[in-house]
Amino acid sequence: MLNALLAMAAIAILLGAVLGYAAIKFRVEGNPLVDKIDAVLPQTQCGQCGFPGCKPYATAIAEGVADINLCPPGGDEGIHKLADLLGMEYKPFGGATQPKPKSVAIIDESNCIGCTLCIQACPVDAIVGAAKQMHTIIASECTGCELCVPPCPVDCISMVPIEESIANWKWKYPVYALTASK
Amino acid sequence: MRTLYQFHGGIHPPTNKTQSNHTPIKQASLPSKLVIPLHQHVGSSAKPIVEAGQRVLKGELIGAPDGHLSSAVHAPTSGTISAIDMQIVAHPSGIPDLCITLIPDGLDEWIHREPCDDWCALSHTELRHRLRQAGVVGLGGAVFPSDVKLYSHKHKIKTLVLNGAECEPYITCDDLLMRERATEILQGAQIMRALLYAEEVLIGIEDNKPEAIAAMRAAVTEGCHERMEVVAVPTIYPGGGAKQLIRVLTGIEVAAGVRSTNLGVQCFNVATAYSAWRAIGHSEPLISRIVTITGNVGHPQNFEALIGTPMDELVAQAQPLPGTTGYIMGGPMMGVLMPSMQVGVIKATNCIIAAAKNLFPAPAPALPCIRCTRCAEVCPSELQPQELYWFSKAKNLDKAEDYHLFDCIECGACSYVCPSNIPLVQYYRFAKSEIWAQEASQKAADAARERHEFRESRIEREKREKAEKLAAKEKAAIEARALRAETPQAVVSSARPDADPENTMQLKIQLAIDHAKEQAAAIKPKNTEQLTPQQLAEIADIEARRARVREIAKDVTHIDGHS
Repeated sequence: MLNALLAMAAIAILLGAVLGYAAIKFRVEGNPLVDKIDAVLPQTQCGQCGFPGCKPYATAIAEGVADINLCPPGGDEGIHKLADLLGMEYKPFGGATQPKPKSVAIIDESNCIGCTLCIQACPVDAIVGAAKQMHTIIASECTGCELCVPPCPVDCISMVPIEESIANWKWKYPVYALTASK
Repeated sequence: MRTLYQFHGGIHPPTNKTQSNHTPIKQASLPSKLVIPLHQHVGSSAKPIVEAGQRVLKGELIGAPDGHLSSAVHAPTSGTISAIDMQIVAHPSGIPDLCITLIPDGLDEWIHREPCDDWCALSHTELRHRLRQAGVVGLGGAVFPSDVKLYSHKHKIKTLVLNGAECEPYITCDDLLMRERATEILQGAQIMRALLYAEEVLIGIEDNKPEAIAAMRAAVTEGCHERMEVVAVPTIYPGGGAKQLIRVLTGIEVAAGVRSTNLGVQCFNVATAYSAWRAIGHSEPLISRIVTITGNVGHPQNFEALIGTPMDELVAQAQPLPGTTGYIMGGPMMGVLMPSMQVGVIKATNCIIAAAKNLFPAPAPALPCIRCTRCAEVCPSELQPQELYWFSKAKNLDKAEDYHLFDCIECGACSYVCPSNIPLVQYYRFAKSEIWAQEASQKAADAARERHEFRESRIEREKREKAEKLAAKEKAAIEARALRAETPQAVVSSARPDADPENTMQLKIQLAIDHAKEQAAAIKPKNTEQLTPQQLAEIADIEARRARVREIAKDVTHIDGHS
């Protein structure tokens, strides 16, 4: 009887020690949920949700501070994805800025005075230029966040919607009428 | 007799090949203009290297390959480049793409060519380079750059399969090519075999093309080609699919996500082998191809057409009949409707069917899916098309991918047998392009995240470095003062410089003022000697004015300070 109790106690202590060690050794830094949410967000870093970037918005959602329907670039599809991820009900878009077609910024280079203000505003370093030198946008890296537009003192940046090309063309969803049997 | 294998499913649609396979290949007449797209192949678009107004010779490079997976584009005849602009191309979207327009001068003057009698003397790298520079791509429909596919090391590839099955109805271009140019196809196959170190060559031809089989067999015997066999395979659609033909000929089943080369087989279309030979042996780039013109025309036949020939000009040579509603590029099963009748022939154009109401009546209205699974019975990729349809229709894309949507070769066998007339392939195409678009945007988002995080960390680092620099500077200044203090002054204050920040600050300011004074003293006004009295008077006048202004400025600051 005593032997059995001792054996059980020894096993309990041993397993407890293993669990305790594992808790320290495999400790997860930060909140993994934030990263999961961040992976779903479109990473435009535009701040149109009211938070200063995608990560802060993801953190706010994870903490339950922000709603899931505030991201305009993510659109309806993004809300569906977030709802799926978090096991929440889908909500129609409820942010301040309405979703727009994806666009890229274009600098009118003849008007650029080389003030570097847009470079400082760009969250993804997609603008090339130096002080008193013409600036230009690396279109392939531009997320279309529009953050460079307001700081420009000469209003030489415009947002141009991405046109459909053969490279990004998609087959359309087949639409045909179903006919009822007579 | 070779043992042949079977693949799952397949259908037997009416072949409709006899209309166009009785007449020999005809050289198409020179068109009024050629519209040559720069993106005719898989991979990145070719870069235009000519200017509008420039005269080019036949076979001259006009679009250079850009990147590893790309191909060259050449002038199909001599003439003048009239424009390099966006034009509608042979693509179902109808979206314009970059094209070079060439107005032929009628001389058909070749660029200097260097025919190669002994290609065996060339290195494999050189051969591949020549194929790339000649713009040789897969002519079976996939238009994949051939030089990339012809890369292998020893003992990797056992079998080279030449695809002459041509299973799709109406199309006869490969049939006629094999009948008329069998020897040259085999020459190309020899080059391909050498590049791949392949042991044997199997040429699969469907048994509804006895003339082609006979011609190819005769060419094999005549050329004394060893370990090269022409195999007649049963006529069943889609027996000309690469995976299906490999299965029939070798029994190897190419699993999902596996390349056939990893299983020791590589597959090329017969027309690709032909153009590979023209490129190496005759130094002729890929500037023309055989195109079947059939459908609503009086004399369906095959033409050797220059790349870029407007389709309507080509069809006009086959006595078009009234009532044509549009052109289908490719066959009736997998072909796509062209957005315009004027688009240019591209390297992928194996067939142009003039569509008319009597040939292709409007499809019967689609009914709901009754889950009869006849589609699953005929699917050559052994998929569950009814499930794929279900998920694609519901836009449940993850699920569709789980059901191996990307193994679908879009052969259309499922739509063909569907008793509810559902355009199944359209759903699969929609789902595939939707998934590709999502993948692309995910990739872009990941890149943006990485760049953003890098920027954040860079700003952080810059801040830290700045602070460190400042600290180091201050420390250096203190040390310098300590060093100076040691010599003439008492050691008291310099012993503990940290305790005396105000002193340090004052010292710094003093140093700065001294420095500024020194600089000011160093600068001497120029042109101050040998001045006329008049000039001196002027200077005095200016100085007086300056002094007055200074007085005023002082007063203003005085007032400001009070208010």
